[in-house]
Amino acid sequence: MSEDSQGTVGDIPRQRGHDEDQLLPQLVAHLREHRTKLRQEWASRIQDTHLLEAMTPQEMVAETTSVYDNYVEVLETGSVEALQHYARDLSERIIPRGVETHEVVGIVLLLRDVLARSLFEKYQGEFALLDRVLDAYEPAANRIANTVAVSFVDERERVIRQQQDAIRELSTPVLPVRERLLILPIIGVLDSERARQLTEQLLSGIRTHRARVVVIDITGAPDVDAKVANHLVQTVDASRLMGASVIITGLSPKIAQTLVTIGVDLSKMNTIGDLQGGLEEAERLLGYTVTREDGAAIA
Amino acid sequence: MTSGPALVSILRQGPYLIASVHTALDDSEMVRFQHDLVDQIGEHRSRGVIIDVAALDVLDSFGSRTLRQIAEMARLRGASTVIVGIQPDVALAMVQLGMGTGSVPTALDLEEGLDYLNSRIGHTRSSPSRGPDLAP
Repeated sequence: MSEDSQGTVGDIPRQRGHDEDQLLPQLVAHLREHRTKLRQEWASRIQDTHLLEAMTPQEMVAETTSVYDNYVEVLETGSVEALQHYARDLSERIIPRGVETHEVVGIVLLLRDVLARSLFEKYQGEFALLDRVLDAYEPAANRIANTVAVSFVDERERVIRQQQDAIRELSTPVLPVRERLLILPIIGVLDSERARQLTEQLLSGIRTHRARVVVIDITGAPDVDAKVANHLVQTVDASRLMGASVIITGLSPKIAQTLVTIGVDLSKMNTIGDLQGGLEEAERLLGYTVTREDGAAIA
Repeated sequence: MTSGPALVSILRQGPYLIASVHTALDDSEMVRFQHDLVDQIGEHRSRGVIIDVAALDVLDSFGSRTLRQIAEMARLRGASTVIVGIQPDVALAMVQLGMGTGSVPTALDLEEGLDYLNSRIGHTRSSPSRGPDLAP
């Protein structure tokens, strides 16, 4: 009994494997034959579901055609390498235009459904055959969907990493404006890593330029949270230890409210509304007076 | 208290004393420095003290507390103190560990320290006045 069942079980896959060898080319031939019709059906389903609305109709035709061809090719060869390349390339083009992950996954799943439906139509007379066709088709189709989704997400993450690096490398220049006077404009988001870099650059700048006054302008910083504020306080204290006074300028109304509400102690900080005021105060501290040529003093 | 060669040189410059710390001091050496300095303020009738820590690449909590105490003692003996030459790394470490110099003023280097004392005490022999003091 057990031998019998083993024999039967063993037989079926062998037979199936043999069949599959023929089934896939057959399937691919069918998909190639009805390429135009299926592609159009797919494109209209994409439109119905309002996916990829960022793309123009011409682009849709071009992209859906090449996705379709790639799809069929993967079914034929079983190798996803070319598709991976294509998907990464496609993602690179469509990510900047705001195409979301769900849209990409959505269109690939739509194509999978359209093709499955067409196979179903073709083989609906012969259920046993249909069953085997789907057995051959489904794993390949799933692998394709998986590959495209993963490629897209990979590409997205690569873009994000690249942007993070770009932000981190945004230089925070320490600029001498007068003898003994430095300004440090802060542009962009301050995270702790950047704040640390900035403090180090400022402190070595103070030593190199023998600065007595430093104006830190944070007009370009969109947000300041408690952590960054504490970094600023530390920077001010460390600068003081090196004999330089720090003036902070450009605290926006929003940041001022946030800082007071969350209770950061900024009582030791010398703050002035804007960079112009900060420079004037710095000049006063350094004993400079700026006069116009006609003799009128500029306050 | 330790004896032997002093690790801090205390030099007289006009009405000021200039104390240069040459190397990292351990606690007892720090205490010896404190004694020597406070003694000499009275001896020379000094009006100002500059403590130069430029050679130090580390300043621990005892060290900075002792410096604060020296400054307070000097004040009681009639001299104002300024600490000069704190290195960037030291400054950052001190701030991160929550120890500062308290109310003791600081300056970039010896020259700045002299300027500060000159503007504060009113002896303007060595350089013209540079305006009000900067780092209170």
